[in-house]
Amino acid sequence: MKAEKTVRPDPRLHYLTPLRQTPFHARTSAANRLNSWGPWGGYTTVLEFEDLAMEHSAIRNSATVYDLCPMVKYRVSGPGAADYLNRLTVRNAAKLPVGAVHYTIWCDDAGKIIDDGTVFRLAGDDFRICCQERHLPWLLDSAIGFDVRVREETEDVAALSLQGPCSYAVLKAAGFDVAALKPFRMVTFPFDGGELMVSRTGFTGDLGYELWTTPDHALPLWDRLFEAGAPWGIRPIGTQALDIARTEAGFIITNLDFVPSHQAVREDRVRSPFEMALDWMIDWDKGHFTGRRALLEERAKGSQWAFVGLDIEGNVSAEQSIIYHDKKHEVGQITAACWSPTVKRNIALAYVKRPYHAGKSGNLWVEVYAMRELQYAKLMLRAEVCERPFFNPARRRATPPGMF
Amino acid sequence: MPSFDAIVIGGGTNGLACAARLQKSGRKVLVLESGAEPGGAALGHEFAPGYRAPGLAHIVNMIDARVEREMDLGRHGLAYASLNMPSTAVATDGDHLVLEGEAGERVTGLSEAEQRAWGELRTQLLTFAGVLAPFKAMTPPRIAAGVGNEYMKLGKLGFSIRGMGRDNFREFLRMLLINVYDVLNDELTDPRLKGLLAHDAVLGTWLGPRSPNSLIHLLNRLSGQVAGRRAAIALPKGGMGSVAVAMARSAEALGVTVRSGAQVSQIVMDGDRAVGVVLADGEEIRAGTVVSAIGPKATFLGLVGPRHLDTGFVNRVRHMKARGGAAKLHLALRGAPDFRGADLGTRLVLAPSETAVELSFNAVKYGKVPERPVMEVVLPSVHEDGHAPSGHHVLSAVVQFAPHAPQTNLDAARAEMLGRSLAVLEDHAPGIGDLVEHAEILMPYDIETRYGMAGGNWHHGELSVEQMLFLRPFPGMAQYATPINGLWVAGAGCHPGGGISGAAGWNAAERIIREVRG
Repeated sequence: MKAEKTVRPDPRLHYLTPLRQTPFHARTSAANRLNSWGPWGGYTTVLEFEDLAMEHSAIRNSATVYDLCPMVKYRVSGPGAADYLNRLTVRNAAKLPVGAVHYTIWCDDAGKIIDDGTVFRLAGDDFRICCQERHLPWLLDSAIGFDVRVREETEDVAALSLQGPCSYAVLKAAGFDVAALKPFRMVTFPFDGGELMVSRTGFTGDLGYELWTTPDHALPLWDRLFEAGAPWGIRPIGTQALDIARTEAGFIITNLDFVPSHQAVREDRVRSPFEMALDWMIDWDKGHFTGRRALLEERAKGSQWAFVGLDIEGNVSAEQSIIYHDKKHEVGQITAACWSPTVKRNIALAYVKRPYHAGKSGNLWVEVYAMRELQYAKLMLRAEVCERPFFNPARRRATPPGMF
Repeated sequence: MPSFDAIVIGGGTNGLACAARLQKSGRKVLVLESGAEPGGAALGHEFAPGYRAPGLAHIVNMIDARVEREMDLGRHGLAYASLNMPSTAVATDGDHLVLEGEAGERVTGLSEAEQRAWGELRTQLLTFAGVLAPFKAMTPPRIAAGVGNEYMKLGKLGFSIRGMGRDNFREFLRMLLINVYDVLNDELTDPRLKGLLAHDAVLGTWLGPRSPNSLIHLLNRLSGQVAGRRAAIALPKGGMGSVAVAMARSAEALGVTVRSGAQVSQIVMDGDRAVGVVLADGEEIRAGTVVSAIGPKATFLGLVGPRHLDTGFVNRVRHMKARGGAAKLHLALRGAPDFRGADLGTRLVLAPSETAVELSFNAVKYGKVPERPVMEVVLPSVHEDGHAPSGHHVLSAVVQFAPHAPQTNLDAARAEMLGRSLAVLEDHAPGIGDLVEHAEILMPYDIETRYGMAGGNWHHGELSVEQMLFLRPFPGMAQYATPINGLWVAGAGCHPGGGISGAAGWNAAERIIREVRG
């Protein structure tokens, strides 16, 4: 077969392909039997490769690969990097050891959440922020007065998420021994003439890793994983399967579970850390951070909203349903829901007005319209506020991980 | 080291006024001035051997009445060489206009019809200015609940506005945000008068006469007072510096400690509270209340630093507009110039028409030096000795417009500005060039360096409708309080802006006294 000639596309024709392809596109498109695509952060990404149930089942029973490239990556480096992140985000970045990762959020002046994401400390004064939305202007404005350089490096990084109970075994078979790697830590291996960074992080609430390299090593990485993982039935998963897994894990997604304060048009759509049950992250003693004064005031005065997990009767998923108190008064809205194949419960994430999250949570109902052969059946289902995460296996934290 | 209840950063007119008022409330106050003596922009300096320039300001026209009275400036040496300086609209053909009395009550050189038209317009402008004047002496109200608005006072002011009568009120609303060029051309025809009024309206602003909202600056000017005289133009005895000296003496007599040569390099924070300052030499001074009477930008971006502030707040500080459009010219003259017979004891305005003022503004919009700048000229040496060697004179001029960020390099723009200013002066006063022994011109960027005013703007940030009242210095922070507990602002960057007034400092002190237990 004749080798295909690489032709640089005419940059003026960019409008013909409004969505970009990730560095793994050659593999994901080949595996996408349903040809099911959706846009994510300017990229075309797979929603479902072959079979949603099988993909979700693989997350909980074997090993799965998910293309993470559209996640937005920012690099923060310089002597003032830790100070900068401490002023930007609510957690204490100075306490984050080199080689470690933490989940965090950042707020505007009013203490409303702009985005959440993970911060990787690559070196003493070198960090990576990995998040859902783009907000470089805010990050640059926040850099004024700090000896720091902030740049977007989304396109410079190719990343895969390897998740599932067998992910450790697959990595080992692929030649990467991460037996000693604890959750929220990372380690670097030489790979394919370049480097592969492995962090024990993920979005499934299960044992799993995220693998970071440069786009030129993307396809060899994919091939190495699928070759090594074949005995464990490794398979690629689309966003739909991941969404079920993350709901089971109780994880939130910007713009699905809350509207970022820089994008919200309606005044009451923005949410504070208290209102997303993320206030546990706030380090009040580390010094000033953007939004701190507003959040102190909110802490003293109380918040309007709460974010909760719900257990709903029956097995009809309650996506986007309105929540009622006493079947009469609207008190909230479901933001994510599914029948969980893992825990066999009808679960949901939701925001509710306080105090319906706790003191007055005894008489909550969700209104579900179930489509049954072109006719809606209106159901009023009892909902109970419950602990998150819904699924939290011990294998997620075990070090060394189990050789399933 | 004695301890102080309050530290005031900056010993300019606002800093001294604020300190005096706080001291009167029973607090012990320390003023820290970076210069060799207090006074800020009111302070004169020797710019050539034997010649004293009046500093940045060269006349007094809006000193705060409370400051004047409560600081008893008269007793501390403030007297006026001239209290009601007439203004001359200098014409190149010698056909000058002379405006005398309160806000040009009498004008020599106008036609009878024009005299009548001006009389009507003047009455109207003074009525409007009178309505606005009380707002300058209070904390600006905010459009929010529970922010400590002075509703009684506001109610009374609202009542007085309605007291103008329905027709006047309607005209007031129509004209409040209009441009001065249109108003002048609606009512007047004489280009000399229109030129002078247009010039006065945009003095110290970054607006041309045709820019929206330029009339309000004329109203602001007419709402000023000196020694109980409305819209007065006054020249202090002993030069502008004597205002500063009198204020410093008064403050010290009240018990304020004024330390000169004390450059504050940082505001000390304890947790989320300002608790003192660090000087450039490392000395730390603590006090429960810290008041910054320097510019908002210098205060927050410099002394406090972004790490103690929210990102959005820092953006608002950075985005506060601060473009200076005025240059200051000082000439050492070996003899009296002749402005074609104009009285040198008057304020000489070289602005042949409202269009000439607009044209000179056009240039700076593009970072250029105008071909024909307009200017306000004062010769303090005509009024009294001591400014220049006997028989010699000091000419002080505010020249507009000068680019704050010239397209060419700074030195070239300065040289060009000086050359063109001298050319305009030569046209109005033939032979003046030969009298010049020494010339000094301060461009906006020189003013920024020398006086620490952001962009070289007199008001520490432009005074414009979108940066006035509850929007000054910026939205969300307009009542002298800051996001940082214990830190207050009191400089010209606050309501009601700059000028040799002290109003902002006095208002800030009143607010502090109300909000903080001494």
